[in-house]
Amino acid sequence: MKQKKKWYDYLWIASLTYLILGFFNILFAWLGLLCFFIPLLIAVIKGNKAYCNKYCGRGQLFSLAGGRFGLSRKKDVPGWMKSPYFRYGFLIFFFTMFFQMLWNTYLVFAGTKNLGTAVTLLWTFRLPWHWAYHGTFFSDGVAQFAFGFYSVMLTSTVLGFVTMLLFKPRSWCVYCPMGTMTQLICKAKHKAASRKS
Amino acid sequence: MSKRKAIVNTRACVACGCCMKVCPKNAITIPKGIHAEIDKERCVGCGKCAKECPASIITVEVAES
Ligand code: SF4
Ligand code: SF4
Repeated sequence: MKQKKKWYDYLWIASLTYLILGFFNILFAWLGLLCFFIPLLIAVIKGNKAYCNKYCGRGQLFSLAGGRFGLSRKKDVPGWMKSPYFRYGFLIFFFTMFFQMLWNTYLVFAGTKNLGTAVTLLWTFRLPWHWAYHGTFFSDGVAQFAFGFYSVMLTSTVLGFVTMLLFKPRSWCVYCPMGTMTQLICKAKHKAASRKS
Repeated sequence: MSKRKAIVNTRACVACGCCMKVCPKNAITIPKGIHAEIDKERCVGCGKCAKECPASIITVEVAES
């Protein structure tokens, strides 16, 4: 017996489309905020990880590529990678870089800095990306955020892809900052709830 | 009821739900977003979840009862 496919089992198409759109017009990167706020809202309001468990298109993409298409060695991830130290450490690192990106966006908004039309991969490599920028009706900061956010999304996809190849298809889920954060929210929420009763 | 059952190391579980998606018996839930839980009545010990789990923290063991 196989599980019946639900509508949300096709959300990998949305994730793939998102990545592709970023090559044509960087402003589409703003849509990625959905993958940011939806899991958080579900965790805060419902107290579960339904986003990871059902809707995450990136996870589906990895399980398809690594599973169906065999692009994975299907080996266990190393012990340190699933340790709380690494998971929480990576969460902190990821958000530090995220806030740095927001600060950079702010500087462009404020006019202190000029718009940089590059995508930064793995927080290090600046890839020229000007072809995907056709101007904006709004402030340059709007475009700067798009470049910054797309950098975050592309970086995490590349990391996830590498660990998919090396280990199990959805190895990314082990250290995904959103997953770690929503799990922490759920823990806090249920702890508070059990204390009340 | 089959004897072999899946067991989750709940402390190491990241609550990703990969196990849930592959279980042919719908025996797995993650009710609180903290860790997976196996319904022992439904589990047939096929081991699909253990293979899929990216953290490799599910084992299939002969249940004593
Ligand atoms: S062993 Fe098979 S039946 Fe049991 S929980 Fe895992 S996938 Fe489901
Ligand atoms: S696949 Fe593994 S880590 Fe993910 S929810 Fe299931 S038992 Fe937990």
